[in-house]
Amino acid sequence: MHYIPNTPEQQREMLQRVGVSSVEDLFGDIPEKALLQKSLELPKSLSEPELLCHMEHLASQNENLRDYTCFLGAGAYDHFVPLVIDHLLSREEFFTSYTPYQPEMSQGTLQAIFEYQTMICELTGMEVSNASMYDGATALAEAAVMACSVQKRNKILFPRSVDPQYRKVLATYATNRDIELVELPFEGGQVREETLEAALDDHTAAVLLQSPNFFGVLEKISPLAELAHKKGALCIVSTDLLALGLLEAPGNQGADLVTGNGQSAGNDLLFGGPHFGFFAATQKLMRKMPGRIAGETVDKKGRRGYVLTLQAREQHIRREKATSNICSNHNLNIIAAAIYCSLLGPRGFREMASQCQSKALYTRKKLLETGKFTPLFEAPFFREFALKSREKIEDCNERLREGHIIGGYDLSRNYPELGQAWLVAVTEKRSPEEIARFVNIAAGGDSHES
Amino acid sequence: MNRKDTPTIFEQSVPGRKGYSFPPLEEVFSSPEPLVPREYARSKAPELPEVCEVDVIRHFTGLSRKNYGVDDGFYPLGSCTMKYNPKINENVCRLPGFTALHPLQPAESVQGALEMLYELASMLAEITGMEALSLNPAAGAHGELTGLYIIKAYHRKQGDHQRKVMLVPDSAHGTNPASATVAGFETREIPSNSRGNVDIAKLREAVGPDTAGLMLTNPNTLGLFEEEILEIAAIVHQAGGLLYYDGANANAIVGRVRPGDMGFDVLHLNLHKTFSTPHGGGGPGSGPVGVSKKLEPFLPTPVVCKKGDLYVLDEERPDSIGRIRSFQGNFGVLIRAYAYLRTLGAEGLKEVSGNAVLNANYLASLLGKTFELSHSDRLCKHEFVVSAKKQKDAHHVTALDLAKGLIDQGYHPPTIYFPLIVEEALMMEPTETEGKETLDRFAAVMEELARKAASPEGAKGLHEAPRNTPVTRLDETQAARKPVLRWQRQNS
Repeated sequence: MHYIPNTPEQQREMLQRVGVSSVEDLFGDIPEKALLQKSLELPKSLSEPELLCHMEHLASQNENLRDYTCFLGAGAYDHFVPLVIDHLLSREEFFTSYTPYQPEMSQGTLQAIFEYQTMICELTGMEVSNASMYDGATALAEAAVMACSVQKRNKILFPRSVDPQYRKVLATYATNRDIELVELPFEGGQVREETLEAALDDHTAAVLLQSPNFFGVLEKISPLAELAHKKGALCIVSTDLLALGLLEAPGNQGADLVTGNGQSAGNDLLFGGPHFGFFAATQKLMRKMPGRIAGETVDKKGRRGYVLTLQAREQHIRREKATSNICSNHNLNIIAAAIYCSLLGPRGFREMASQCQSKALYTRKKLLETGKFTPLFEAPFFREFALKSREKIEDCNERLREGHIIGGYDLSRNYPELGQAWLVAVTEKRSPEEIARFVNIAAGGDSHES
Repeated sequence: MNRKDTPTIFEQSVPGRKGYSFPPLEEVFSSPEPLVPREYARSKAPELPEVCEVDVIRHFTGLSRKNYGVDDGFYPLGSCTMKYNPKINENVCRLPGFTALHPLQPAESVQGALEMLYELASMLAEITGMEALSLNPAAGAHGELTGLYIIKAYHRKQGDHQRKVMLVPDSAHGTNPASATVAGFETREIPSNSRGNVDIAKLREAVGPDTAGLMLTNPNTLGLFEEEILEIAAIVHQAGGLLYYDGANANAIVGRVRPGDMGFDVLHLNLHKTFSTPHGGGGPGSGPVGVSKKLEPFLPTPVVCKKGDLYVLDEERPDSIGRIRSFQGNFGVLIRAYAYLRTLGAEGLKEVSGNAVLNANYLASLLGKTFELSHSDRLCKHEFVVSAKKQKDAHHVTALDLAKGLIDQGYHPPTIYFPLIVEEALMMEPTETEGKETLDRFAAVMEELARKAASPEGAKGLHEAPRNTPVTRLDETQAARKPVLRWQRQNS
């Protein structure tokens, strides 16, 4: 099937009208030396039933989280996605439309973005939000770049407890913009005030904090933000959207920019994407933000309507002078998040975060009781915690996998200095039975017993 | 289209309503301790709406009906390739074996997913004539940035630190110069010649020891093939620069000519354009980056590789530009593109470009009677540009007015005021998934609008268009001067 309506007869009529004799003639201006002289070597075309069968086969080669119980987080979390979301996202008017360049026929997308922006402001405690970025890592990197341009300084400080993948993305962006990155050590899983104070100087554009950080540990944002501000630097906080159901809004703790991963709110894990990154700022920094932004206005008859606004920042107007090269947002993902936030409301959001936290606290306690694990940090955490293990994490995870459980993240991959350390995430989906089985196998129990 | 005023979801809030159901928290989980210490705990609940499931369904369904998608009708938005998004792709990307995968699961447990990624990259390498591809970039602009980082890393590795200038034709997409700046290059613009192509003499003058590369889309934004592409490649290469292919317009050439064979060293593709994945009202997209052999070591990590019988994600690549995002690409989008390619095969792809180009030339020939074509002496590729200058000069009816007039006739307008080098530009890309009769009807409507423009009443009507939409033209100046970027209680 090629999804092409023109019949050979119609093609002949059209060619005649154009004044050429064949479709090949339409490509006559391509230098012969460059023209493809062969047929592309691609797998043969599949019919609809064949394709379905093939894709089902590929999908069956994966151990998916309907058959496996997940205790892995490390930046992506196995939360329940309410079924309503896919029903609404499957409305073709949402998923087959383009960026809302023609606002009169895109009010649906624009109003949804406007509502999403409001929700992000409410959750983060910030004054303005954009229409989203690719993911939490790129949102943080864009925030760092923006801070350097706003502050006209070029140094960025951040603790080593920031997600290793985020730090790598930051390094890629920084190398190419001559931004100096300074990694600070953590103590007890948190960055200490003294450490930050000693590192801050007049070249520091911003301090990046992640809370919950990669270890799930919560940072003391207020005093750190205050230290940054004293040195004329911005404070950028990366967080998780769902965590904000329980945790203080970074906007109330002195953050100038708040970014983060929004996957936890209404988006499938999907092997890593698409998810979305949120990006919120103080009013003062509004005109320096990257990305699309929707705003409310009125039409000729005075009726309320929405448009993409502050476009003087953007690439299609400013070209090489734009604040960022970003021209899209992860629109379907943020509509999912807006639907999720609407379904849950303020109480549901709190309950969701509380359930995750209750189950994480319980699981940690049970794992410690086995005597096979000791705490890596004593600092408060959210949904995810780190433990030291006597056994090699690889071996423990392999045993869990045999028992159809995806175990925690092996921290020795990025933090060899921590020894055998394990990062375990527990979401609201985990039942007491699943947790008991997990704890039992992790402690050395037989993975084949149910 | 839904023309009713839709209150925001916040204005529909009724205290006490909810749209979720969790299982109750089991007794074993209860603890007298606070969940987080007070100093970390939220002090004020977020003001999210309190609504039930029916409210949510009605609200977002109502909003969706204020949009217009490809499934609603013709969408000739130039350079955006608004082709039909096959439905089977929506089914296969929702298989739990794909959606319910954690991105950090061990490679042995996700062999089907990795195989799909590996095969997709191989197919795209064959289609583009490049050595290898990274599927990681999340969008076209993200792909551009990645490609430019690769160019930078290559010159750095060669010890060529003076190559700071990225050449960009004046017909380029706005993202090209923006990406070049973000990647840390200075941009230098190369003018077009009278045939709408890169001015070769000017290019020769512009290249030198500071040239990092040239970014080019071919066919360009006028829909014209750069006939002297081999000469252009030679000039840039002789000067020590690299050639970047912006794949936004790849729908014109798939299966017929390959960027690798034209001399391009690095490229990005827009899977949401050429490879039929839905645009989603602005995203998510996917912008894979392809490179020639000498640039392969610089690809971003991770790279999907095959080691023996096992597919793995390779992170150990010393010359890599590093990570450009979390995890390994917009997997959900990549599945759809993979399914599309497996459906089409080599012959199907050739029909795509053939019909896309045929449709564009046919529509141009119909519209050429009434509107000024930017280059009527040449065949176009997948898109073409007409100017409403005639209508503006004679009747004060602009490209914008015509676009808004089209909305009232049930069409999504073409791209307007781009490329910047054509006055009152209307840039049209019909794509291959439209039939002749759709193009005939559209051309008739365009002609009717031109006739309307010629009468004072008709012109007045066009200035006031659109009328059949939820709102009429919106005050964008007010939106930018006094930004209202979130709902607030006092507004209601």
